[in-house]
Amino acid sequence: MSIRPIDAMAIPLKSAHFLIFLLLVSNIFTPIISLGSTIDQEREEFYEELLLRPLPDRKVLAHFHFQSTAPSSNSNGRHHHLFPKAISQLVQKFQIKEMELSFTQGRWNYELWGGFDPISSSNAKPPGVELWAVFDVPQDQVDATWKNLTHTLSGLFCASINFLESSTMYSAPQWSFRPATGNIRYGMLPREAVCTENLTPWLKLLPCRDKDGLSALMDRPSIYKSFYHSQRLHLTSNKSGPEGMNPGIILEQTLTVVLQPNSQRTSVTYSGEKNVQPSWSLSSIFGRKVSGRCVLAKSSNVYLQLERGLVAELKKNKNNGVGNIASEGFWSGTGFELSVRPDKVFEEENSSHRRGSSVLFEFSIDKYSDSQPFDLGLKWKFPVTWSSEPAPLHASRFLMGSGNERGAIAILLKSADLNDASLGTCSSSNGYKFRVDVFQVVPWYVKVYYHTLQLFVNGQPKAVGDVIETIHVSPSKDKISPGVMEMVLQFPCDVKSAALTLEFDKGFLHIDEYPPDANQGFDIPSAAISFPNFYTSLLFPGNCSVDKSPMLSKFQEKNPVLSYTEVLLVPLTTPDFSMPYNVITITCTVFALYFGSLLNVLRRRVDEEERLLKSKAGKTTPLSGLLSKLSAKLRGRPQETPQSPSNSSSLISSKLLLKVFLVAVLAVAWQYYFG
Amino acid sequence: MAKTETEKETPKMKPRPIVRLGIFLISHSFLVSVVCCTAGVLALLLLPVLAKNTYISENALMPGSASSLLSNHDIAEANRLVNELSSLNLERKDAGIESQKILARYMSDLGAEVSYHKFHPPQNHFHPLHFFSSPHSGIIGENFSCSSYGVNTVGIIRSPRGDGKEAIVLVTPYNFGRSDSSETLSLSIAYSVFSLLSRVTWLAKDIIWLIADSQYGEHESVAAWLRDYHTPSFTGLVSLNADACVEGNNLYISKDNSVVQGKISDGFGRAGTMAAALVLKVTDRNGLWDDTLSIYAEASNGQMPNLDLINIVNYLAVHRQGLHVQIQKFWSDLDLKWLEFLGKTFELLGKVARSLNPNWKFGIPASDYIEGTTTLASSLYYQALGIPTGPHGAFRDFQVDAITLEISPRVSSNNKARRNEFLLRGGRLIEGVIRSVNNLLEKFHQSFFLYLLTSPSKFVSVGVYMIAFALLVAPLPLVAASLYADANELDFGMKNDKYTPMDTASNEINITFRSWKWLSAAKEVFVVHIWGVIVLLLPYFICQMRDWSPTTSFVSWVFLAMLSLLILYLILGSPFSHGYSLEKGEWAMLKSVTISAIFIGLLLMSVVNFATAEIGALLMVPMSLMAQPLKPDIRAASLRSFFRVICNLVLGFVAFPPVTFFMLKGIFEGPDCINLGDFWNWLESLWAWNSATYIYIGMVHLPCWVLCIHILLHSC
Repeated sequence: MSIRPIDAMAIPLKSAHFLIFLLLVSNIFTPIISLGSTIDQEREEFYEELLLRPLPDRKVLAHFHFQSTAPSSNSNGRHHHLFPKAISQLVQKFQIKEMELSFTQGRWNYELWGGFDPISSSNAKPPGVELWAVFDVPQDQVDATWKNLTHTLSGLFCASINFLESSTMYSAPQWSFRPATGNIRYGMLPREAVCTENLTPWLKLLPCRDKDGLSALMDRPSIYKSFYHSQRLHLTSNKSGPEGMNPGIILEQTLTVVLQPNSQRTSVTYSGEKNVQPSWSLSSIFGRKVSGRCVLAKSSNVYLQLERGLVAELKKNKNNGVGNIASEGFWSGTGFELSVRPDKVFEEENSSHRRGSSVLFEFSIDKYSDSQPFDLGLKWKFPVTWSSEPAPLHASRFLMGSGNERGAIAILLKSADLNDASLGTCSSSNGYKFRVDVFQVVPWYVKVYYHTLQLFVNGQPKAVGDVIETIHVSPSKDKISPGVMEMVLQFPCDVKSAALTLEFDKGFLHIDEYPPDANQGFDIPSAAISFPNFYTSLLFPGNCSVDKSPMLSKFQEKNPVLSYTEVLLVPLTTPDFSMPYNVITITCTVFALYFGSLLNVLRRRVDEEERLLKSKAGKTTPLSGLLSKLSAKLRGRPQETPQSPSNSSSLISSKLLLKVFLVAVLAVAWQYYFG
Repeated sequence: MAKTETEKETPKMKPRPIVRLGIFLISHSFLVSVVCCTAGVLALLLLPVLAKNTYISENALMPGSASSLLSNHDIAEANRLVNELSSLNLERKDAGIESQKILARYMSDLGAEVSYHKFHPPQNHFHPLHFFSSPHSGIIGENFSCSSYGVNTVGIIRSPRGDGKEAIVLVTPYNFGRSDSSETLSLSIAYSVFSLLSRVTWLAKDIIWLIADSQYGEHESVAAWLRDYHTPSFTGLVSLNADACVEGNNLYISKDNSVVQGKISDGFGRAGTMAAALVLKVTDRNGLWDDTLSIYAEASNGQMPNLDLINIVNYLAVHRQGLHVQIQKFWSDLDLKWLEFLGKTFELLGKVARSLNPNWKFGIPASDYIEGTTTLASSLYYQALGIPTGPHGAFRDFQVDAITLEISPRVSSNNKARRNEFLLRGGRLIEGVIRSVNNLLEKFHQSFFLYLLTSPSKFVSVGVYMIAFALLVAPLPLVAASLYADANELDFGMKNDKYTPMDTASNEINITFRSWKWLSAAKEVFVVHIWGVIVLLLPYFICQMRDWSPTTSFVSWVFLAMLSLLILYLILGSPFSHGYSLEKGEWAMLKSVTISAIFIGLLLMSVVNFATAEIGALLMVPMSLMAQPLKPDIRAASLRSFFRVICNLVLGFVAFPPVTFFMLKGIFEGPDCINLGDFWNWLESLWAWNSATYIYIGMVHLPCWVLCIHILLHSC
């Protein structure tokens, strides 16, 4: 284990290094802080941090991280200094142990922006709204509490989270989504549009709102112009439980944005400059500068992270060039230039199986003010290309089949990097298998047949039992609950591609169950794919400033790699919504005909009519009699004397034709003149 | 006497009014059928007059509401691509692969995800059971060779803020290797739009650009891609990549060659559910006065895309880009005197009507009428064929609305400034259409799916054109019923005939006996229909003989068909030597059942493919209604019977499918290019494209024609 803390401000002295080393070692062997930062028993605290990271496709990731902590509420009654009261009331009322709510627009590009780091696996969320919560209430009250919670959150964040109230919209994952007790509920609204009206209440929870500090950077147009933005609210509360955790509530608010720096168009046209990363500064990507910290914040830092791949690439370039690392700091003299001198530089502890180690520059913004605003700029000196570290398997999901009757869902897992060593570790670390957890919720109108599950590993069909270690399926109930599938798959280590397909029938909805814009189709929420063998953790050498930063301590947590698949759009049969009118008309006609003839039959007495006819037969033929009666009725005159039967039929038919023709002509004339 | 009269009157004592109306119509079936048929034909000819102007039904589309963003910069980029493509040495063997590499590089430079799709062109098989299972899932020939595969290049732009649930597809067929300048023009239009779309922020749906390798046919490559998109086979995933074909492997550009922002993957590039597809082609057929845009919309079995898609293309092309829009029509240069006369008549009628009441908007100019009629006729014909008129047909099989846009420049593309202007116009049109579809929240559903076009901006909806068909087929059940009644000597009481009353008991027995007489006629009709099925399946055996020429195949098919008819007669008993043949009503009964069969067949076909049913009704209805044994007419030798004989012969001759085909071909292409094999080729294309028209011809038209001929030759 090599620990190499680099303090930029310090004069490189061997003795100092040694001291720090000793400090670190002692720090590491003390039990590592289990959760976030320590909560002062008495005081509420607030931290604000911003992480910036250049991305391989000429974009910049900005990750805001705000953390408020409150001690357990009995210490100072109902009142709070910094902590938002709405949240603490929420926690108390619904007995929330842990909760996460995220609003996302756009897709996280797992291939380009990485899938292995803490940000991508805990902050890359599916489009729309995702909400899960763990409650500390008895089993039978969980559903009721969840329903109340959705309504409260809906009001709090101006979003239609209350649609998650319906039991067809949420599910209770057993183990695949989070290793939690049975009190977890999980719901997703893929179609929820995210807008400023969701951001404003979220910002209101911050003590400085967006008036001061890092949150002042949140220029709405530039945030909503971004390629991906996800605002997230994570809530953890601990009563003074037996685990020894500090009691209190931790509210963690993050906003993750992927922005395109405004680069000149010329860089696209000249092919030679294609690989040059755009230079950017805070003011160029947000249009604002940081004019000092939020005075209520305990610490207020900006970090610039260079990814492992980028660092490795820069080192390679440097070694080709001058080659004196020792004299200068790492950050200068390489391929880029920073406009502000960083206060500290951390390098990640190099884990054995990874290719490089990521570097973190810390900028404390305590010393900046209105007159001297903080505006970090990054200028690239020469072209550099790198790639982010992808997730062990790239997961994609798509629909198969066509038509309105049936289809299939396919989840395709592809090994991202064949020559990467990361997959090779699975044999050494964890037996000989490579574990993948799949959690998928399917709405009830997509009737999945779970027995049709087919698995293909490396292009070969596999028996389900060979690959699946555990599977938990709760089939959907029509209009009651969605179908939930949780699976643990064990793949051989040399897996290159794996596919699983599930067939489904498309159901029919009642006419008033269709949402507005029903012809768009219906969404199947994202599936969550996690890789429990792989952990995202950026371990920075234990330094007091690292411990203090809640974001960095969050990064150090050992979380499994998690990625979400795409949302799917299933076209279902939709009725023509003007149809009810037609249906009503045609049913009325049918009923009228039916009942009319039925009454006719019931009313009629055959014998009597026969007798009547026979008595009449002497005078007139029945047909001409009927017709003359009809004509009499039409004219409103009394019945004429019966005509002679001999010439009647031919005459009548021609007359009838004439009449029909006359009526038709009248109708046409009416139509044209008055219609 | 009084007693017998009451006896006679008791059965007709209680006819309900509706029954009486039916009886009345049946008893006047001759008049009714003449009136209905005339009205049907007239209604068909009136359709261009009744056509309504198209309108954009879906409000969300908002075509042309945003100004176009496509600039000369994008055109310059596209020209750079074209120059690089044309500088390739086309003589080289791997020129196709090279140009694919260039295209992939350009696409990935724009930030698009690029992937290749390899496919094997399917062999031309006769699948008698695959007629209605349109997307045939993964029928891959086992013994394909390495040399014969095509490679589609697919580029996908992910919408920056979209959720990726939907996609719009842009297809440019391109023949790698043997490409001409016009195909390259279509590439440059598509590329300029693609490069614009990679920068814009308003995209809500992903954009897929498919460069379809058209060396095995434009439709085939697109269909293969769609098949793999919708029904991929996971087992073949690795085997296709680890193909024995070496030259395929060097296609994939190694990673270090590619630039960072785009990536070239070896997987199958996917986006979400397809919302719409546009196929873009540029032809060198020089328009006379302006850049011309031709719209092709007919997919398999006469399915049409939503009318809104055609509307927005037409609207943008006419009102924004000033293109001359047309939809395909035949005999545009053929002058038909009677059509002109008809048009003038309608024009005159319209004028008269307007002079009576200025609100009556009836009648169109004669030139418009002729134009509309020819367009309508071609629209009907191509729908009736059931063969897609372009690569867009493959999309319709997966319920994706798609059309083919064929743009032809006014002058040949040598003048650089002129060419750039053409590219700008075409590109802006495509951009506008994509932007409009991009606005769409729901899939296309507002406007019509069942319609006929009489001009790019005029249409006849299903409610109107059904009238013509309904009038044509309406007399069929009436005539069948009246023939049945005549043959059974049933008296509905409307006829004033003086029959001597027979013994009641024997009369009843006679009636029950005669009322089952139709069974033998039905058996005969059934046998002939079975023969039709056999004729339908014969090409399966004939096409096993690979080296037969079309003419040989056709002749052998006719021969085999006749042989099978003979064998069937021998086995199941010839209707010519029937026990009832001496009876007078026998042919009437046969005609009645035949007409019923035609009626049922036409109605069924009108559900599957309306245009086929309409054309079939035009041919079959007059013939089947006229059909009468020739012998008594010849014996009568009066003017009327002579006229009837001539009519029967002409109609019977015209309705024979090969004769109809050759006659139409002779009219449109001149009498000298008639070849016997053409009919075989035509039919082969029908079954190769799984057209329901083929089934119609084999199972309805041909048997009914044989039955009618049988009635004509009846010896009574």
